[in-house]
Order: sequence, then structure tokens, then C-alpha cells
Amino acid sequence: MSETHETTYAAAVAGAIGDAMRVDPTVFVIGEDVTAGGPFTTTAGLVDEFGTERVLDTPISEAAICGIAVGAAQSGLRPVLEIMYIDFITLALDQLVNQAAKAHFMSGGQLTVPMVLRTQGGAGHRSGAQHSQSMESWLTHVPGLTVVMPSRAVDAAGLLASAIADPGPVVVVENKTLYFRKETVPACIEPVPIGKAAILRPGRDVTVVALSRLVHEALAAAETLAAEGIEVEVIDPRTLVPLDLETILESVRRTNRLVVAHEAVQHGGFGAEIAAAVQHAGFDDLDAPIERVGAPFQPIPVSPHLEDAYLPGAAEVRAAVLATLGRSDPGADLTSH
Amino acid sequence: MWRIRAMEERVGQLKRAGEVHGLIHLSVGQEGVAAAVCGQLRDDDAVYSGHRAHGHTLAKGAPLPALLAELMGRVGGLCKGLGGSMHLVDVEHGMLGATGVVGGNIPMALGSALAARMRGGDAVAVVFFGDGAVQAGQFNESINIATLWKLPVVFVCENNGFAEFSPRSAHTNVERVSDVVAPYDLPRETVDGNEFAAVRSVFGRMLAGVRAGEGPALLECLTHRLRGHYEGDPDRYREAVSKAEWQEKDPILRLQRQGAADGWLADGDPAEFEAAARTEVDEAVEAARRSPFPDEALAASLVRAGGKS
Repeated sequence: MSETHETTYAAAVAGAIGDAMRVDPTVFVIGEDVTAGGPFTTTAGLVDEFGTERVLDTPISEAAICGIAVGAAQSGLRPVLEIMYIDFITLALDQLVNQAAKAHFMSGGQLTVPMVLRTQGGAGHRSGAQHSQSMESWLTHVPGLTVVMPSRAVDAAGLLASAIADPGPVVVVENKTLYFRKETVPACIEPVPIGKAAILRPGRDVTVVALSRLVHEALAAAETLAAEGIEVEVIDPRTLVPLDLETILESVRRTNRLVVAHEAVQHGGFGAEIAAAVQHAGFDDLDAPIERVGAPFQPIPVSPHLEDAYLPGAAEVRAAVLATLGRSDPGADLTSH
Repeated sequence: MWRIRAMEERVGQLKRAGEVHGLIHLSVGQEGVAAAVCGQLRDDDAVYSGHRAHGHTLAKGAPLPALLAELMGRVGGLCKGLGGSMHLVDVEHGMLGATGVVGGNIPMALGSALAARMRGGDAVAVVFFGDGAVQAGQFNESINIATLWKLPVVFVCENNGFAEFSPRSAHTNVERVSDVVAPYDLPRETVDGNEFAAVRSVFGRMLAGVRAGEGPALLECLTHRLRGHYEGDPDRYREAVSKAEWQEKDPILRLQRQGAADGWLADGDPAEFEAAARTEVDEAVEAARRSPFPDEALAASLVRAGGKS
């Protein structure tokens, strides 16, 4: 039996970066306040072991530091860039979208950009509309970018290891509300392959594909539904691009019902892509319309009761599951959605 | 310089003939800077350029047939025909990228400079940009970080007085780019970019300092582009220089006059250089024409490094 220990998502991230830096001298960390560990301790302790030559604090210049990461990666290094909040990625998009994503293609394969851009999104901290967004679908629309979105510590570490080793640019979208969630993990976390979904709870009745924080909400909903005799299968794609569509289709072939759930605004969210892909490839397997769970089409409010009402969670997943079964949920008040 | 001139003039013709595609930004009249700067660099020095990149790429050592094939969209091109005029890359000779987004190349040069320093040794990065890029945020962010971290990078601004269709005075109150960076305390100088010897001498001095680990430097070269912003642009936004005036300014003719006066250039040499350059370009175009266009499978295979899409 392999040994296990208790950790957090944030500690798992810092641990995976340290592991990579220990074995590969070309790996370095760059970002704002990274020597201090950042606001969520995801780079805590790294400067003590690796020094300021490999853990680089930067000015608040997201465009330039992303460009520095691209250039360094093209010149043979493996930067692990932190953009402190995904909301600020807007400032770095020229480098990420126009340079990093396209360099390999436009150079006819001469250049590779083995950089990792770590960032975090998600609401729930009363941080307001500029520090809470879920913008992963923007990134999935750019050919050349790999996008991963771990929901658990074991995947945060395992996917980060694979991302650092990947020859191309990988964006890792973490979630601020998950950083201090405790989790029991193997003492030695293995790399998690990019492009491979995980079935986190098997079930025969309805498939729920959930992203990031909504994975835990879906698992909670599945638990209560099980008590009512409804067996929900919960799938975490873990990687959005390239998507492991086959695992989802295989599940839908058994359950014939699908719910797609994420915290991002439902309109134009990545759930739409999953729903479209499944209805195209698995139309004959579906016994009910695909249900989507996402946030309403509005900026994220800061006032506590408004933010709570805005955020999709277990209740919305539960209602969507029941909808695929043709049942209503009299206990739910979903009028705000 | 004649090689760049002959290539650029031919590219203009090929564009009009439909053999070169897309937005084409020629550097006719600005050859002196490319030659004087790149001529002093090694293959392990990284160069980044902007949208007007043909001359820099050739001067950095890219083979002319592959460069022209790239502009013509052929699979025998530097980038297998997938990059084109604004995205020239030649890793073997240290040309790490041109970019079509004004200012986007500047922080990337800092990244290559950082990599050079982390590797050890004295390689540097050089980034070419126009005066239009100086008003972009990425330039200002990059100057700050490069000086803060003392990175081995030389900023080479080709100030041709026009940002796309607009004179510099319409975009900023600061006439000299070397003045923009004054508070950062780095070696900075403005030279006549049409005078090859001046560019070579000042850049050489800056390069020695940067190689020695003294931190970045900025060289502003005042140039004049003879052509529009891109081939086929309206070009109604400025007055053409007279032929006589250009004879005075032309960096190639000036260098030839200097060479003749100093005695290192014989009477027949200039015509010979020009003829050789034009022949080389003719042969390169013929070779490029024999190269097929890239196929769709090649494009699909290069979306993600490692071949998975």
C-alpha cells in the first residue's frame, strides 16, 4: 500500500512546482509577489529553496511578464508564470493568444513554448466583479493553448507536473475557494495525463460533467440524490483542451442523460461546447435534452446575499439532474436563474 | 545592404504580381540599421523584429531562398509557409520572431535575455521596433523591467517618423525615443540611421557593454522608409522626398560614397555588389517558385507542439 497524507490544494500546487524545479534546472517561477507565496500561498517556500534567481518577483506588468515567459520558453527555459487573478489575464492576452499559442504553428514547428500560466478564478470571496470571474471558455477558444482546470489537490499537483513537462503552452486554471480544502493524497503524487477525464462517482441514471468548484457541488448533489434512489455519475474532465470526449460519451451511453455544470456564465460557457459535442456524437443515446448549469449573464455582485444567489451550486445541479429525469424539484427556488 | 534592397524591391513587385501575399511592410531605405546591427551579432544572440522584418531576418543570416519562399507561402520557406511576412522565424540563426502586433515583440526579447543570463555566457537579445511601438504599454513595461533586472538586451528603435499613417507628432509630445527612456538610467543614444558607420559604431559600443553584463541599452536610429506603411497603402499622409534629396540620404549610396572617399571601395564595386544581389534574388525567387504550397495536414499537425490537436 502506498502511503497517504493530508494536504491542501494550495500546498499541492507549491509542492508540484518545487518537485519540478528540483529535477529540471530550466524550470523557474515568475509573477507578482511570488517570493512571498502570493495571496494564496501557492508559491510559499519556493524562494527559500531556489533563491530569487529562480523565483522572480515582477512589477504589476501582466503583458510584459507574460511576454517574458514566452521569450524565455522559446529560448529553452520552462517558466511557470503566475497571473494572480484570472481577471488580470485580459492584460496578458496579446502574449498568450497572439504569441504563445501560435509560435509553434507560425514558425513551422521551429519554436516551442513550454510555458505554464497558472492562474485562479471563481467567486465566493465577496471580491467583486473584477476578482471573481471564471474565464476559462475564453482560453478554450484559442487553437494552440492547452487548458486544464483541476478540482482536487491530487489533480492540481498531477496536472501541473504534466503541464510543466508539456512542450507547448498550458494554462492551469485553479480556484480560490478550493485552495484550503483538505484532501488526503498519496505521499508521492503521480503526474496526471493531460486530456484524460476522471469519473469521480459512478452512477447509472444521469451523467453530470462538472468543472472545478462545481465538481464538489455535483458530488454533494449526487450524495443527496442517491438517498432518493437516483444514481448520478460525476465526471471531472480535468482538461478542457484537449477534451476527453470519449469518457463522457461512454458514460452517456449508459445513463442516456447529461448535465453540464460550471460556475462560469452559462451563456457562451464551455458547457455549451460539451453539450454540442455530445449531442452531435451521441444524439441517439440521449433520452432527454442536455441540461446546463452556469451563472446568470451578469457581472458578479459583491454584496453577500447577491453573490450567494448568483453562484450556481449543488441545488442547481440537483434541479438539472431532476429535469433530465422529467421531474421537478419542489424544494428548489431557482427563479434567479 | 544591397541584398536587402534588391530583395525588398523584388518583394514589392511580387506583391503586385500576386505571388507574395497579405500585408507586406518593406524596409527600403532602412537597410543600414539591419546590416550594422545584425552584422555584429552571433547565432546565439536572439533577435526579435516587428512587422517590418524582412531586412532584419536576412541580415541575421537567414538563407535568402527560404526567406523568399516563406513570403511566397511555400513549404520550402523558413516557416514551411505557415508564418509569412510578419512572422518570420529562423531559429538556426537566432531570429526568434517577428510579430504583427506592434510592441508585442519587446517583452519576448527580455525573456530570451533572461534565458541567456540563466544559461551563463554572454549572449544577448536585440529587439527591433518602430517609433510607433514606443507608445504601447508593453514597451514601457519592458523598459522598466529590463533596467530593473539589468537584462542583456539592446532596444533598437527605427524611428522613421511615422506610426502607420501618422506622423510621430500626432501620437506623442516626446520627439526623441531616447528621451522617453531618460529616467531609467540606461545607455541611450540617437543616431542618423542612414549612416551605416554611425549605427555600427554606437551599436558596437552598446553591445560590448551589454555583453559585459552592464545591463540594457537603447539605440534610436533616425531613418526614412521610402515606401508606405504597407505595400498598397494610400500613402497620402506624407510628402515624398525628392530624388535628389534621397540621393543624399540613401544609406547605401552614402556608404558607397564613404567607401570611395576612404579608398576601401573600388570604382566598379558598387555596381558589382548590386548586380550580384539582384542575381541572387532572381535565383532565390526561381527556387521558391519550384517549392510547393504547404498542405492542410502539415498545418493541422502543428497546432500543438508534439503533434496532438
